[in-house]
Amino acid sequence: MTGNIVLNISYVDKTFGGLQALSNVNLEIEEGKTHAIIGPNGAGKSTLLNVCVGRIKPDRGTVTFNGEILTGKEPFEINQLGVARVFQTPEIFPQLSVLDNVMIPAFASRDGSFEFNPFTLLSDETKIRDEALRVLSDLGLGDQVNNVSGSMSRGDKRRLELAMGLIQRPKLLLLDEPTAGMSRADTNRTIETLIRIKERGMTKVIIEHDMHVVFSLADKISVLAQGAIIAEGAPDEIRGNPKVQEAYLGGAQI
Amino acid sequence: MKLFKLSAKDAIMMAVFIAVVLTMPIWLKPIGAGYPDLLQKFAIFGLFAIGFNILFGLTGYLSFGHAAFLGVGSYTAVWSFKLVSMSVIPAVIFGTVLAGLFAVVIGYVSLRRTGIYFSILTLAFAQMCYKMAYSVLTPITNGETGLRVLRDDPRVVDAMFGVEQNAVPVGELFGINMQGYPGFYFCAAMLILGFFIALRIFRSPFGMMLTAIKTNQTRMRYTGFNTRPYLLVAFVISGMYAGMAGSLMAVTDPLAGAERMQWTASGEVVLMTILGGVGTLVGPILGAGIIKYFENIFSAINESTLHQAFDFLPDSIDNVVVAIISPFVGDGWHLTLGTLFVVIVIFLPGGLVDGISRIRKRFSRKSHASSTTGASEG
Repeated sequence: MTGNIVLNISYVDKTFGGLQALSNVNLEIEEGKTHAIIGPNGAGKSTLLNVCVGRIKPDRGTVTFNGEILTGKEPFEINQLGVARVFQTPEIFPQLSVLDNVMIPAFASRDGSFEFNPFTLLSDETKIRDEALRVLSDLGLGDQVNNVSGSMSRGDKRRLELAMGLIQRPKLLLLDEPTAGMSRADTNRTIETLIRIKERGMTKVIIEHDMHVVFSLADKISVLAQGAIIAEGAPDEIRGNPKVQEAYLGGAQI
Repeated sequence: MKLFKLSAKDAIMMAVFIAVVLTMPIWLKPIGAGYPDLLQKFAIFGLFAIGFNILFGLTGYLSFGHAAFLGVGSYTAVWSFKLVSMSVIPAVIFGTVLAGLFAVVIGYVSLRRTGIYFSILTLAFAQMCYKMAYSVLTPITNGETGLRVLRDDPRVVDAMFGVEQNAVPVGELFGINMQGYPGFYFCAAMLILGFFIALRIFRSPFGMMLTAIKTNQTRMRYTGFNTRPYLLVAFVISGMYAGMAGSLMAVTDPLAGAERMQWTASGEVVLMTILGGVGTLVGPILGAGIIKYFENIFSAINESTLHQAFDFLPDSIDNVVVAIISPFVGDGWHLTLGTLFVVIVIFLPGGLVDGISRIRKRFSRKSHASSTTGASEG
């Protein structure tokens, strides 16, 4: 019995020069679930996310989100449909304050509307400010709201990234290694936050190297190696799958 | 009204700004700049620079063609004097609005590119306007002679009310001629209005979006923002400021020439903004003031005034000093300005405002340090 499919990636191919980054990738993401994509470095995980958010156009295949074809859409249009992405290398507004960084995405999705209107943009912002402060303190950044975001530690920047994604209340959140570069304590804190979001029913796709994070969060895991999906299933099935172990260990031996 | 609300700090800033601008004739007198012609220029170019800074300072898009809007504003204002009325109000309104329309077209095309390509596109448009003003558009611009107001122009509205004109018509507001000090106060009022609007934009979420575009436009696109309408609105607002400045030039001197659209005029406003401080509220006005001061005061100093100033020195030393300084004054004022510009860009990338805030910080740190040592002694 499968739930409602939110994101459907079908027959996606992508080559960079001579490198086959993605070959014939098919993936279905169920509503409300956390779907982890794991695999060795260079397996094409980030490329796959980039295809979903419109940063990279696939050579072949389509991505549909709630029945809407994302392939060929502008990144901002995809975001407006309710797909938010948390970047691996923090993509923040380094010269602005931490609070501003979180308020900006909130303005984009204000009252569920993305319309451009400079006049509402001149109006009251207390509601958005309060919401941003709440999200920030949730993630343990409450004491840094007025700092310039560019001067934060790398781990804190990652958490800020997460806050920027969460405040939009997206239908689908794409997380690219959300805990990379974090201390153990911060990692656990992020896991807790992500579990709490899951309880709210937000669908997530998560790319992660840290197996502790993957096994604490994922409902389903897909394993990507050399651009192709080699295994898919519940966490316990994946743990015991010999193909997966070979892909990881084989990669290590080379 | 929410739109007019300012925080306490901004309200004080606004009050200080108004006071400083309106008392300019008094405090600029000792340095020889307290005469209406120059004061008008301070206000007009201050306005031009504030508007330019809304685009360059907030979004980081460097336009090299803002002089086109200055020219459009001037020509429109003069045409308003010729066809509608000698009153300055329609002149300023038409000048601002038409410059805004030009900005919609130029901005729509130019904003498809970023960085140097954007700058080159705006420059191309401005040079096109400049060359056309001399050639195909001569019926509108009167070519090299420049467009001037004549006694027997139609002036529909004035004719309707039977207003009599002098031999040389001048802009007026409720019967007051907009030349000399009244002209300055009118420009000052516009500068204050422009400053207030800029302050509101800087403090609003809209201003925040523009800064965010400057900081990381890619991220904005992954955050659900179509950045182009934001950029276009900023471009048009800044073009309207330039149009208003241009129409004020015509208000204080009802004459418009194509040289106002030349690329040097576009470059000048870039210098003003960088000199004063990009992205700061007061910086561009400061920069505009300094450049206009140099242009008008330094350029007027010649060797004999220098000899007079150093009269107290023995003749031989006097000659040496004058020989050293004279290349920097008179026709050589560009040399002084250039040196100043180089020094500021290298040592104070944030402009003069950055310098002032650094000095202030140093002083407050000193006083802070002395107060803590005082406490430990006590």
